[in-house]
This record gives sequence, C-alpha cells and structure tokens, in this order.
Amino acid sequence: MFEQTIHALHEQLKAGSLKARELVEAILARCIAVEPQVQAYISLTPDLAREQAEAADAAFARGDIRSPLQGIPLALKDNLCTQGIVTTCGSHMLESFVPPYDATVVRRLREAGAVFVGKANMDEFAMGSSTENSYFAPTRNPWGNLEYVPGGSSGGSAAAVAADTCIASLGSDTGGSIRLPAAMTGVVGLKPTYGRVSRFGLVAFASSLDQIGPLTKDVRDAAILLQAIAGHDKCDSTSGDIPVPDYSQGLDRGVSGLKLGVPREYFVEGMDPEVEASVRAGIETLKLLGAELVDVSLPHTRYAVATYYVLANAEASSNLARYDGVRYGLRAASDGDLLSMYKQTRAEGFGSEVKRRIMLGTYALSSGYYDAYYKKAQQVRTLLRQDFQQVFTECDALLSPVAPTPAFRLGERLDDPLQMYLADIFTAPVSLAGLPAMSVPCGYTQQDLPIGLQIIAPPFQEAMVLQVGAAFEAATDFHTRKPVLP
Amino acid sequence: MISPEQVAHVAHLARLNLSEAEQEQFTAQLGAILDYMEQLNEVPTDGVEPTSHVLDLVNVFREDRVQPMVTVEAALQNAPESAHQYVVVPRIVE
Repeated sequence: MFEQTIHALHEQLKAGSLKARELVEAILARCIAVEPQVQAYISLTPDLAREQAEAADAAFARGDIRSPLQGIPLALKDNLCTQGIVTTCGSHMLESFVPPYDATVVRRLREAGAVFVGKANMDEFAMGSSTENSYFAPTRNPWGNLEYVPGGSSGGSAAAVAADTCIASLGSDTGGSIRLPAAMTGVVGLKPTYGRVSRFGLVAFASSLDQIGPLTKDVRDAAILLQAIAGHDKCDSTSGDIPVPDYSQGLDRGVSGLKLGVPREYFVEGMDPEVEASVRAGIETLKLLGAELVDVSLPHTRYAVATYYVLANAEASSNLARYDGVRYGLRAASDGDLLSMYKQTRAEGFGSEVKRRIMLGTYALSSGYYDAYYKKAQQVRTLLRQDFQQVFTECDALLSPVAPTPAFRLGERLDDPLQMYLADIFTAPVSLAGLPAMSVPCGYTQQDLPIGLQIIAPPFQEAMVLQVGAAFEAATDFHTRKPVLP
Repeated sequence: MISPEQVAHVAHLARLNLSEAEQEQFTAQLGAILDYMEQLNEVPTDGVEPTSHVLDLVNVFREDRVQPMVTVEAALQNAPESAHQYVVVPRIVE
C-alpha cells in the first residue's frame, strides 16, 4: 500500500477499510527494506509516527476528519524546524540541534493529523544540486541501479517519495531544489510563488528566494499538500496576505483554450537529446489536448545562473553568519580568543561547498566589489522578472525542461562546482522572478532515468500550474512508473 | 581572477579558517566562478532599478507587544555553554 497516493489512501482511511496504524507499519517496514540502499533520511522518527497514527485512527473512529492528510506518512526536509526532533540541515554544524519550536508548515501538518516518518536528507544548508553535499551520506537515486544522484538539494525528500518510504514530502526550493530532484527521481515537485507559504522555521539560505513546497506521487497530491501549507502567517512578514483558493477544484478543467508559451531560450545547444525529445513530446501532448502553443522569448535567460549565484551566495553569507558557536550548533575547542573560536568553529562545522559559497557571497558584498557584483546582479534580476512579465501578457503558462540533463552519476560533478551550478539553468530564472513552477514526469531515458517537464505560471497562480499538470498527467502514465529496487 | 591574498582576506571577513589546501583550491575555483559571473557585465543596466525582493511589500509592522515564544531555558538548550541564563563565550576583554 506504500506506493499509493494521498487521495487514494484517504478514501480507504475514511471508509475504515485501512487503519493509519497499518499504513505507518507498511511504510516503516519499507524503510527497513530499502533505506540502507537509498539513504533518503537523516533520521527516522518511528515512535512519533506510531503515536501520530494512533491519534489519527482515534480521530477517524469518532468521525473527526480534519484533512486529507490525516494519518498520511510524510517526510520533512531536514531544514524544517521540528520541535523536539533533531534538525541538522545536512550539516555537522547543526548535527545535534534540537529546535525549541515548529516551523509553521510543520505545525500546520501536525494539526492536519499527518504522520511524520522522519527528516529527509539534503545538501548541506540546501546548497547543492545532487544531495552529495550532505555531511551524513549521499542519497542515491532509486532509479538507475542506485548509481545516480537524486538531484538536490531536496534529494532525500524526492528519493523517499520515489522509493515509497513515505507517501509525500516537503522540500525547499531556492534555485531549483524541489523541481530538480523531482525531475530526476520521477515524482511531482511544486515550488510555490515566493510568499505563498510561510518560511517561518525554515532554516534560512537565501531569504529573497527560499520557498517550501510539496513532492508527491501525482498532481492531485501536490494540490492537497499545498492546500495544507499555503497562506499568510504573522510570523513571516514576507508571506503574502492573499486568499488561498481551493487547489483541488479545477484539476479536471483541462487545457483546451489555454495559451501555453514555449520559451525558445530553454532549448539550448548541448542539451541532452533524450531530455529535449521527451519535453518536446510532452508539449505536443498538451497541444493535442487542446492547448494553443505560443513561441515566446525570455531574452535574459542566459544570465540567470550567474545572477542567481551572486545573489543567493550573498544572502547566504549573511544568513550563515549566525553559526558562530555561541547560541546553538557546534563550538570548536579553542584556547584562544573569541575571534579564533568563531573561525575554528566555522572551519570545522561547514563543508567545502558551504565554505565556497560563503566566500563567494562575502566577496560579492565586500567593499569595492558590491556594485560590480551584487548591485549588478540585482539589476539583471529586474530584467529577468520583466522578461516573464512580458511573456505572461501573451500566454497563460510556460512549458520547459526542468534540467538540461537527466540525473548524473554519483561523484561525476563533485570536482567541478561550476558544472554543478549549470544544472539550475532552467529553474534559477523562475526562482529569481518568484514564480510558481512544477515538475511533472514526462519521460524516461534509455537508461531508465526520469525526465521532468516544467510548468511555470504568473505569481500566485499555482492553480494554473496544477491545472496544466493534471491535464498532462491524465493523458500520460509516466508518473505511475516505479523504480526497481533490490 | 582572484589572488591567494584576496582569498585569505575574504576568509578573514567571513570568519573562516582555511587550510593551505583549501586556500589553494578556493583560489582556483573562485577565480573560475567569478570569471563566469563576469558575463553579467555584457548586460546594459543603466537606469534599471535593482530587485531586492519580488513582492510589493513595504514596512510590514505589528504592534510592539511582548508575546510568549520560547522560554529562556528552551532558548538556551542548544547553547554550547551557558550559565545563569546567559551564553558563555571566551574572554573578550583583558
């Protein structure tokens, strides 16, 4: 039963033909069977999960049905603060950090009656595109004989959904960290509009970009999970005070009459031919379903990765200044003064990618370079946003690849940070513009590696993204395929 | 391009001790990444407003009122060293 969706399981739980306790035991048994190979989790919380499942069963028994998530086993990316549960951010720095409060999304899921299976693996402080930057262990993509990365940084959240060690999960996306692993593991991954979901209790990486979102087995589940976490939160002043529609309504509307833009800059030379073929076939499918395709241009696309890495790293270097060995986290042994304690703590607590990004960000913000890098990148960000504003006068949503390649082999890009950054070429511009976007499975390579189609909409139009995704899914069966695990 | 001296200076600003190997590796890698970022100079941006934030939000205020959050004990439970409701750090004055 662990391979089923939230909505299918909810019907059974509601009818009483399935108990949350049975479901959680099936998931925990699945974890024992495949976690040693996949390593999607940093920590499992079986005692809490069983306790929450008991509570869900008791609620169902007295007719108290709070949400479709009641009794559903979920994984949470390990940068979401969970009161009383270690939250490591994939880092040695926070290896034993136990948050004294819940992130707003976590509180909402607890109130909805969800079951927490554990904390999912990630690149350290969400910095990476492969989940190999985790301090603990690299997660393996359940596809491709476990020889490939799951994408990142929410690689654990994606792999857990693909390997059926949870029913759905939450990840976070700064420059592609939900969509990229979703594409590479063959699951659905939705990055909401910046401001749609509260960031309170999400460990900060780049505060003008970070957003929490769902990774699920189908589009309807993404709508259900988004419904549970979306909305204004007084603890996050950047969360939009904009009404939340019913995301499950309208999933059956189809795409007939919609104008879907295909940005020509998203089909670049050097792109993997199998990825291009699958994405183009996916776009054709939507045309056959009645959508009108529009050729559009986003002329500043090629500058997005450089812009993103200047801005994200600048924000990160400031956000990560808090890890100083004083209030929480690691403190290195030091017999010197306060300054040497800071420096030694950060030297020991951070991995090399995090240090590299702190260095880049500090440099970009330092005296004499601020205008050349940081301000310049902020200006190009304006131009990138204007590109999108312009094309959305011509179409309702955009279709593109999620990444230029399918999953790559473990270790393949570790020595070449720039090559790793280029995985974000089609996701970073969307993040810089703050738009909602989703990856849906649209094909497989001959090596049996999943490929994702990215659907992008104007701000706060998650319903449009979901509508297009649901129409695509209803006409295809890519999302139902499962990896073969030993 | 970035020199080893600049790398050492930035590491100090970022409060990071770097090993010799790291210093060497970062000099090469940061140089390559900064070269890549140089392509932003191709983009004409005269008179373009910088974007610091995508939402049209300004000055979100709330009432200045104390609200219960976490207790002092809970707030200090993760501190590497604490005493008498304070965190303890190495001596900072002679």
